[in-house]
Amino acid sequence: MQFHPTTGLSSWGRLGTRRHDVARPRFAGQLSEWNATATLSRLAVGNRRSYSDVCLSDDGRLVDMTALDRFRSFDPETGVLAAEAGVTIDAILRRFVPLGFFVPVTPGTRFVTLGGAVANDVHGKNHHRAGTFGCHVRGITLERSDAGAVRAAPDCHPELFAATVGGLGLTGIISQVEVQLQRIRSSSLNVETIACEGLNSLCDGLEAGDAAFEHNVAWVDCTVRGDGLGRGLLTRGNWCADGPLEPHSSPRRAMPTDRVGSLLNPLTLKLFNAAYFAKGQLTAGWKVTHYEPFLYPLDSILHWNRLYGRHGFYQYQCVIPDRAGREPISELLKEIAAAGEGSMLAVLKRFGDRPSPGMLSFPEPGLTLALDFRNRGERTLALLDRLDAIVEAAHGRLYPAKDARMSRTSFLRGYPELDRFVAHLDPLCESEFWKKMNR
Amino acid sequence: MTMKIVVLGALSDIAEATCRIYAAEGADLVIAGRNVERLSEVAEDLRIRGAGKVVTEALDLASANSEALIAKWSKELDGIDVVLLAYGVLGEQKDLEHDLDAAASLFDTNFRSAALWSMAAANYFEAARSGSLIVIGSVAGDRGRQSNYLYGATKGGLGILVQGIAHRLAKSGARAVLIKPGFVDTAMTAHIPNKGALWASPQKVAKLIHKAAPGRKPIVYAPGYWRLIMTIIASVPSVIFHKTKL
Repeated sequence: MQFHPTTGLSSWGRLGTRRHDVARPRFAGQLSEWNATATLSRLAVGNRRSYSDVCLSDDGRLVDMTALDRFRSFDPETGVLAAEAGVTIDAILRRFVPLGFFVPVTPGTRFVTLGGAVANDVHGKNHHRAGTFGCHVRGITLERSDAGAVRAAPDCHPELFAATVGGLGLTGIISQVEVQLQRIRSSSLNVETIACEGLNSLCDGLEAGDAAFEHNVAWVDCTVRGDGLGRGLLTRGNWCADGPLEPHSSPRRAMPTDRVGSLLNPLTLKLFNAAYFAKGQLTAGWKVTHYEPFLYPLDSILHWNRLYGRHGFYQYQCVIPDRAGREPISELLKEIAAAGEGSMLAVLKRFGDRPSPGMLSFPEPGLTLALDFRNRGERTLALLDRLDAIVEAAHGRLYPAKDARMSRTSFLRGYPELDRFVAHLDPLCESEFWKKMNR
Repeated sequence: MTMKIVVLGALSDIAEATCRIYAAEGADLVIAGRNVERLSEVAEDLRIRGAGKVVTEALDLASANSEALIAKWSKELDGIDVVLLAYGVLGEQKDLEHDLDAAASLFDTNFRSAALWSMAAANYFEAARSGSLIVIGSVAGDRGRQSNYLYGATKGGLGILVQGIAHRLAKSGARAVLIKPGFVDTAMTAHIPNKGALWASPQKVAKLIHKAAPGRKPIVYAPGYWRLIMTIIASVPSVIFHKTKL
């Protein structure tokens, strides 16, 4: 296993490229052999779909896990799949959808690796039912610099397990993951779309839908102020009871360049959001939809992150705990609409009560808002700081996998179990995010 | 009908990616390579991906008895439809120029043994009157260049051999195909920084191999634009070519 200098890496937000030394082991044995004698710091990374610098380590060493992408075992009776950490959700669905299985939890892109899904304890539109990805992980194998290969599971090194789920890859190199797949009888969902004219009806709809729908999420028009503040579209669905089991197709379109940044401005953003809402009003109702457009709308355009231009963009995702109510969301939306910034796809969802298994897992019961902001330098950072103040007052927190400018104080305040977590750090694991939090 | 596939050098990026395509179709495979542990990892993965029977064969392909092994595998799989020859070493040109023993070993692996495997497979397919021999060559075999002519010579020589076999088999119903990949992002080329637009993924090359196996073309550039590039490179007059560092 050899490290080679690479200059062009950035995270999904494309906020500048960084220099790294990268090794890409092809076999598990190469990784463990190297790990047995390694003395230098490193960070294991997957497909680098995180928006923040949890998947970077400036001038440091990255172990690119994407070539460790083999299935290890599968039990069709129980649905438990063991696979190397570089296996993507995309690869799992291609193989297992035809057999009637789906991943129990999926983020909005299927191009994440299992290792990344565990390290960021990702969530999806079914959080109110299924909890986070970590709730379905039956075991994790780590390559630790101080102990070699260690298996952690809810019943075996449970503390290390809880540190590793959502542990941002800092408790050792995640080499293998055992995950419980979910049974499906069709690759399509029955989806209902409802247009809501304001934030209250949107939130009412989200709350009402949780009981009857496995997937439940809302798109918010983040450009409207006044009476229409927080207007949006509820989309909620359940897997069909029977039908064909067809996996998704490969993306056919790609964003060819990042030289289009000027196309996104407050005016075009407003026009897009208004048109999207109007289209939602017209097409509201029930529809049978394949899982691909429902769960992975952005995956159909490769490199969609180039849309924000060559300066990249920030993603902002916060959770506002239930006890703070809806008011903070309304304040956030006011602030965003007043700035004329925001994105085409702003997402609002309720996290359910199912406890996240990780010490640093992001979800907690409450409302979560996620959206992108093109990078306009100081102006954008100042807006995000104003949003931070609202989140902080509501005792909410930010998502490390997405936030490229989270402050140390915000991290410490948001994650009270940090002290417990630190005891399980692998002494040689280091990311840019972690370096910043300890500076 | 279940396809029966023999892959020589199955642990390479391109070979493994090709195995996965056949596995997804439910094929039976023999995967041959050097490392027992890695072969069994790949075999288990291919089974989960849908392969029928997967036989692993750990051996040094450069010194194996090709005729006997092909007969043995044909029994184990109940016939063979495709033999994919995917092994080879790149070597360090500058070192090899002054280390004739190391150069001899490169020739043995890349040309001598590969040629014998190709001949054994050709004899098998000719007798069976069907089947495809697929050999991975390289665009480096199209023109000798100072930076990699030793590797290029082995691949160029192998290319002539496969071309001849394709000619010989033309009337029999069997086929031979030479695949000529250009730049491919594999472990063999991991040390090359900042790969540009001409680089292809092993998965892309694997798809082209899978498509070429039942096809009619004896020489397939992978991807196809390399045919144009190499035609241009091969036709540059020496007076000019010798001034370059290619």
